[in-house]
Amino acid sequence: MLRLITIFKFQISLLCLGLFLFWLPQPVPQKSPNDSGAKLFQAHCAACHGQKGEGGTGPTLATPKLIRADSEASLFKIIREGIAGTEMPGTRVEAEQLKNLAAYVRSLGQLQSEKNIGDAERGKKLYFSKGECASCHAINGEGSAYAPDLSEIGLRRGRQHLMTSLLAPQADVPKSYLQLRAGTAITDNFLLVRVVTKDGKKISGVRVNEDTFTIHLREISGRVHSFFKSELLELHKDWGKSSMPDYRKILEHDELIDVVAYLVSLRGEK
Amino acid sequence: MRQHFSHAKAQRRIGFYSCLVVIIFTVTNFAQVSYERIRSSELEPQNWLTYSGSFQSHRFSSLTQINKTNVAQLKPFWVYQMRDPGKVETTPLVVDGLLYISEKPHVVTALDGRTGRPLWTYRRTTPADVKGCCGTPNRGLAILDETLYLCTFDAHLVALDIHSGKLKWDVVVADYKAGYTMTGAPLAIKDKIIVGIAGGELGIRGFLDAYDPKTGKRIWKFWTVPEPGEKGSETWSGDSWKTGGAPTWVTGSYDPALNLIYWGTGNPAPDWNGDSRVGDNLFSDSLLALDADTGKLKWYFQFTPHDLYDWDANQVPVIIDGNINGRNRKLIVTANRNAFYYVLDRVTGEFLRGVPYIKQTWGKGLDDKGRPIKLPNTEPSVEGTLLYPGLGGATNWNSPSYSPQTKLFYVLARENHPQYFFKTDTIYHAGEFFEGGGGRDIPGIEPYGVVKALDALTGQQKWEFKLQLPVMAGVMATAGGLVFGGSSEGYFYALDALTGKPLWNFMAGAQIVTNPISYSIRGKQYVAISSGNGLFVFGL
Repeated sequence: MLRLITIFKFQISLLCLGLFLFWLPQPVPQKSPNDSGAKLFQAHCAACHGQKGEGGTGPTLATPKLIRADSEASLFKIIREGIAGTEMPGTRVEAEQLKNLAAYVRSLGQLQSEKNIGDAERGKKLYFSKGECASCHAINGEGSAYAPDLSEIGLRRGRQHLMTSLLAPQADVPKSYLQLRAGTAITDNFLLVRVVTKDGKKISGVRVNEDTFTIHLREISGRVHSFFKSELLELHKDWGKSSMPDYRKILEHDELIDVVAYLVSLRGEK
Repeated sequence: MRQHFSHAKAQRRIGFYSCLVVIIFTVTNFAQVSYERIRSSELEPQNWLTYSGSFQSHRFSSLTQINKTNVAQLKPFWVYQMRDPGKVETTPLVVDGLLYISEKPHVVTALDGRTGRPLWTYRRTTPADVKGCCGTPNRGLAILDETLYLCTFDAHLVALDIHSGKLKWDVVVADYKAGYTMTGAPLAIKDKIIVGIAGGELGIRGFLDAYDPKTGKRIWKFWTVPEPGEKGSETWSGDSWKTGGAPTWVTGSYDPALNLIYWGTGNPAPDWNGDSRVGDNLFSDSLLALDADTGKLKWYFQFTPHDLYDWDANQVPVIIDGNINGRNRKLIVTANRNAFYYVLDRVTGEFLRGVPYIKQTWGKGLDDKGRPIKLPNTEPSVEGTLLYPGLGGATNWNSPSYSPQTKLFYVLARENHPQYFFKTDTIYHAGEFFEGGGGRDIPGIEPYGVVKALDALTGQQKWEFKLQLPVMAGVMATAGGLVFGGSSEGYFYALDALTGKPLWNFMAGAQIVTNPISYSIRGKQYVAISSGNGLFVFGL
């Protein structure tokens, strides 16, 4: 009898232990740090979009609404395939990593987004008047093709990057992304070039196109020149230089903020 | 009556023998591509009988009608537009005036070599759910006797009648749902069709197969990743061999005298994260020498042990003979994706020489056995590790060429293309990408392509010709003293084989990602290259 009671007590103890373990909070499986969205973001996105998605060469992602990715599917597609016609490349990530990365990008929208400072309307007036920006840049077809088109610059660049471009244009000149677009022969970095033809003419402008045997350049007047390289005596490429002036000498501080506010507002809408 | 009977009998007899003569003539002279003809391809430069032009893979044309003195007058004769859009990587075969091309996806067409008019087309349906790493290209066909052989994207080997394009047989080489695809041209040797496999980014276990040309029955299989107990299995940890990659997606070479097949293998899987595959990972990134009769391994040479960069050794190996250190040797040479040029003894696999031919920052050099001496801190990392060359490599699958006249090895390489190599975790799922990282370009850097002429025995550079962009296009040297090549912008061009001076170019309008060939019909030489969806043929 005593033996039966002992066995019964043992069974009860075992049951209690089982119930205790069952109700005990389960340890959460730890994701590998390499696999987490944050790590993937640092590896693939932060260089352009900023360490916390605050924007830079690429647009800010710390915003509640991603204009180009209004659904999960569209965000997946952008991460995997990039955005045609922009510097945004595709990133080959596996299915689980894609989900983690997309989730992390979405989480950036819960952070404090960039403050909407400056008077965009006043900035627009300054852009077309005192700033004389349209003499080189175009917005929705208005202006010159000498420098990058700004019609959707607010989708492509962060506020801080735009301010830097105005204050120190040569700090971060447009970069060539040719290698991200296999098969595309159109250059896109507005590289300043100077040529001397075999008959002694000196011409300078921005590179419009270049291939193995030819080069096109556009003068600030808008005139486009086409050369076979074999026709040239000299060909100089001014890497890292910009023909854009330092706007600290042209606009006041509050005016610069307003121009940046205008540029940030440019989202491709006409 | 009797006389009439005799006359009719004689008439029938003459008719019979006339037909017999015609049949014998036709069978022996038209589109009957015997092994002996391929083996002696140098005797018929008017044709292009195998992927690289010869078993030695010289991609050299001994035709001289188009040469340095007149190439400036070269003009397009015809263009054939492929029936389906997509990049074209095919090398046409040419047999007695007809071209045979593989189009995308799995369309084979016979064309009149003088006019580009099609004679027949074979079309096959590819399942919609085939997954490959890098588009759906096909690089060409093999021919033996009266049969054409096609490797399909869903990993079948297909045999077609050369006269009609009708299907003779169709066999499954591997299960595409497990990540296997086929993109390369088969290699037809004496009594076998050798086929390689792709799928190194999807965790396949690579192999090379030999098939009976008549029945499609598999004769042998060589696994490029050994299973436990086999030679080389000690270079894989755990079960990593099961998904070890080492694909064989570019056509190899063959030495009939030694009866050895030489074939390159690709990256171990996963590509950029080697944590699960501790060891050298044989026989990935290697050149294999296999007995053609049995598929047994004669020797191997591994270029990039425990590769973490996707530097496949899927380049066409080139067979030459030459004097090394005072001794005449049978050699095999290759410009590898890892940026080194190698000279090996093709009888034994002995490493003889190796030098970098473009900028590289991952290795201090090669040791006496040809094994790379890696520099520290060159492994892919979470934050990215910057290295030259990038994952596209110094060169890729695009064919090199060797000229017996100049003794130079020509290769289209890429320069100034560093990349950040990333490492991520990855889990194997059959038929899915299994890569563990990737490469990232550096904005602002403009990589470029470059045709390099190297001394074939030393790897020393003789000249280079810069292209605006990197390109996966091959080159072809000719006895006319020329080197033909393609560019990303769409230029087809001819260079002086001795100096690299550009002598002619033609803008074909779209990216060139294939290899040139040359052939002749009725004494007229042509050169051909694909650009975009078009096959362009030029002559004087």
